[in-house]
Amino acid sequence: MNNFEPKIVGFCCNWCSYRGADLAGTARMKCSPNVRIIRVMCSGRVEPTFILKAFELGADGVLVLGCHPGDCHYVEGNYKTARRIPLLKKMLTQMGIEEDRLRLDWVSASEGDRFVAIVDEMTEKIRALGPFKKNSKEAKHG
Amino acid sequence: MEKPKIGVYVCHCGSNIAGTVDVKQVVEFAKTLDSVVVAREYKFMCSDPGQNMIKEDIKNLGLNRVVVASCSPLLHEPTFRHAVQEAGLNPYLFEMANIREHCSWTTEDHDKATEKAKALVSAAVTRVRYHQPLETKYVPVNPATLIVGGGIAGIQAALEIADAGHKVYLVEKDPSIGGHMIQFDKTFPTLDCSACILTPKMTSAGSHPNIELMTYSEVEDVSGFIGNFKVKVRKKARFVDEERCNGCGVCMEKCPWKAPSEFDLGLGERKAIYTPFPQAVPNIPVIDKEHCVYFLRGRCRACEKFCERGAIDFEQQDKIVEIEVGNIIITTGYDPFDPTPIVKYGYGRYPNVYTALEFERLCNAAGPTGGKIVLRDGSEPKSVAIIHCVGSRDENYHRYCSRVCCMYALKYSHLIKEKTSADVYQMYIDMRCFGKGYEEFYERLSKEGVKFIRGKVAEVTDRTLTNEEKGKLIVCGEDTLLGQVIRVPVDMVILCIALEPRSNAKQVAQLFRISQGADGFFIERHPKLDPVATMTDGIFIAGCCQGPKDIPDTVAQASAAATRVLSLISKGKVELEATIAVIDEEKCSGCRICNLLCPYNAIEFIEDKEVSRINEALCKGCGTCVAACPSAAISHKHFTTEEIMAEIEGVLV
Repeated sequence: MNNFEPKIVGFCCNWCSYRGADLAGTARMKCSPNVRIIRVMCSGRVEPTFILKAFELGADGVLVLGCHPGDCHYVEGNYKTARRIPLLKKMLTQMGIEEDRLRLDWVSASEGDRFVAIVDEMTEKIRALGPFKKNSKEAKHG
Repeated sequence: MEKPKIGVYVCHCGSNIAGTVDVKQVVEFAKTLDSVVVAREYKFMCSDPGQNMIKEDIKNLGLNRVVVASCSPLLHEPTFRHAVQEAGLNPYLFEMANIREHCSWTTEDHDKATEKAKALVSAAVTRVRYHQPLETKYVPVNPATLIVGGGIAGIQAALEIADAGHKVYLVEKDPSIGGHMIQFDKTFPTLDCSACILTPKMTSAGSHPNIELMTYSEVEDVSGFIGNFKVKVRKKARFVDEERCNGCGVCMEKCPWKAPSEFDLGLGERKAIYTPFPQAVPNIPVIDKEHCVYFLRGRCRACEKFCERGAIDFEQQDKIVEIEVGNIIITTGYDPFDPTPIVKYGYGRYPNVYTALEFERLCNAAGPTGGKIVLRDGSEPKSVAIIHCVGSRDENYHRYCSRVCCMYALKYSHLIKEKTSADVYQMYIDMRCFGKGYEEFYERLSKEGVKFIRGKVAEVTDRTLTNEEKGKLIVCGEDTLLGQVIRVPVDMVILCIALEPRSNAKQVAQLFRISQGADGFFIERHPKLDPVATMTDGIFIAGCCQGPKDIPDTVAQASAAATRVLSLISKGKVELEATIAVIDEEKCSGCRICNLLCPYNAIEFIEDKEVSRINEALCKGCGTCVAACPSAAISHKHFTTEEIMAEIEGVLV
């Protein structure tokens, strides 16, 4: 175990995943405090540039959480996200950024436990990868 | 833009926040942030003194932006928006930092919780600088309502709304309203006669001055939004003039051609011109083109000859009727599960294996056997097995419990015992008798000599092993209470089939822009606190289209949906989303990528200007188009790129 505390930006949609995160709190589930949530109305609102900006400003990881497929409040916004994120991951890899630093997943409003599991997993994964800046430099020089 | 003057208020929430987060440190930190004029803490910010603190500061210090760090915005954002509005600020010049649900409640380590709270406050402060005042718009609500599906749910909702004095269009695909309930014989646990309690409601719905019945009709297209829907309904050709027909029934009497009756599930016959059952509402027959000899061979027209009112019209065409309504209630019900695929139960192979719905018709005095419970050869059964959970609680078909089968199975036991001297076997997995009076009904039946065997039936077969079994159907399985393999020879088998979503539920969901769950039933807005609304404003659901349920629950939901509609009608106007997307036509390149992305068809392409434009009333504000616009020409009000970028910057302090 290293002591590195990663900073992770989490984009949550207003209808499912933000409520799932709220539920984790209401149910007093404990999870790592490393994910800081930004609320958007739909995961479909998450522009790839938001994610790049987060990395630029010092995020070690970015988590995008939406409604489960078929459950999107806006019918199909999450399907658009599901197409955008893999493309962005490909681009991140080309830029020398580990694709694991970006994760897309689905959490419903009733899945507080799932939210906690994803946050904890993500935190451990990023902790293992180490800080973003250092890594990217290595990637550049390596 | 005026220079931002921000007030930050950090809530203790008793010890909910202050027990984990060092509130003082957060306040001191907030004071160091750019544009923050004042930062305070208070025990309960949502209380009156807490809100007054904000209002006073707005007045005395001239604040033009406010941040409250407390619970989830889903809980108290409306509270604080209202408070800042009362002090004269636009409610959108407010931002909330969720330091309770997302921080103090989920974090054990106090230092880390405090660090996180600071980051969340910083994000809110950085973001709120860019907030713009937004204007709330209202549109009037059309007081007419469309109800889709004329079963008990639709009838109940229609009567509630019509009795309150408002117009209802009740659309039903079949020639009569009544739904599945009118096919039933008795209803559990009271054993009320289904038709006796339903026909008065059907008649009221049929003759109500505020209800326009549109039977033998289907909804083809829905556009618009809450308060202002436009709906196209196809009225299928009945070949009978509804205005002229007086329902005398002579045409049905004189028609020489017969067809299997859908209402009796093929167990009985009807004429080629028919009403599904004698108490049909409206009492106007339809001609079934598939079986009418005039349509098939060009000769007959017996009905026309005998109709004194000249109501038969072989030239009638389908008609598209356009209606405008403010709200829609969907009560499309369920389909009974077809047990044919479960080959081991022999449905379709052994004539004396019936589905539950077929048995309802057998029992019914108006049914094909005049209410006699008999086998296909007309003899009375000496033994009957009722198999539970056919297609329900079965991972090969439906995982869910259909909720009504245990109870109607008990009802059948009673009816069989009442009408015959047969032995009755209940082959069940678990008895689920949860409703009011249900457990008592189960107890009563236990005393009526019904044999309960616990275990899932493996097979129904006619392969006999002993003389005693000869000519019988053998129900094989395991009695899990005795731990024994059993063979029960019976004359009749009734399959308690699952209730499943309508085969066209997906098309209905797409037509009305509502969602289906994994099981195919329509999803309510909140499973506990908003059970009849859908995620689409102005569209409500009730009855079995939302999930399997019994008649009392269906009626309760239908009344609830009607109440929701009535409250919108009496309010008279609805608020439009203020946080919608807008296109800057100067920047728009006319690429039309956004046009295809919008799930609400809210974006139209203006041909002569070659730009796209968003219809404010249709946009729901998801922002999907904003994220996709290659020219960054679309902006999402209250979730602008600037605002979110600022939040990202703030959260990463």
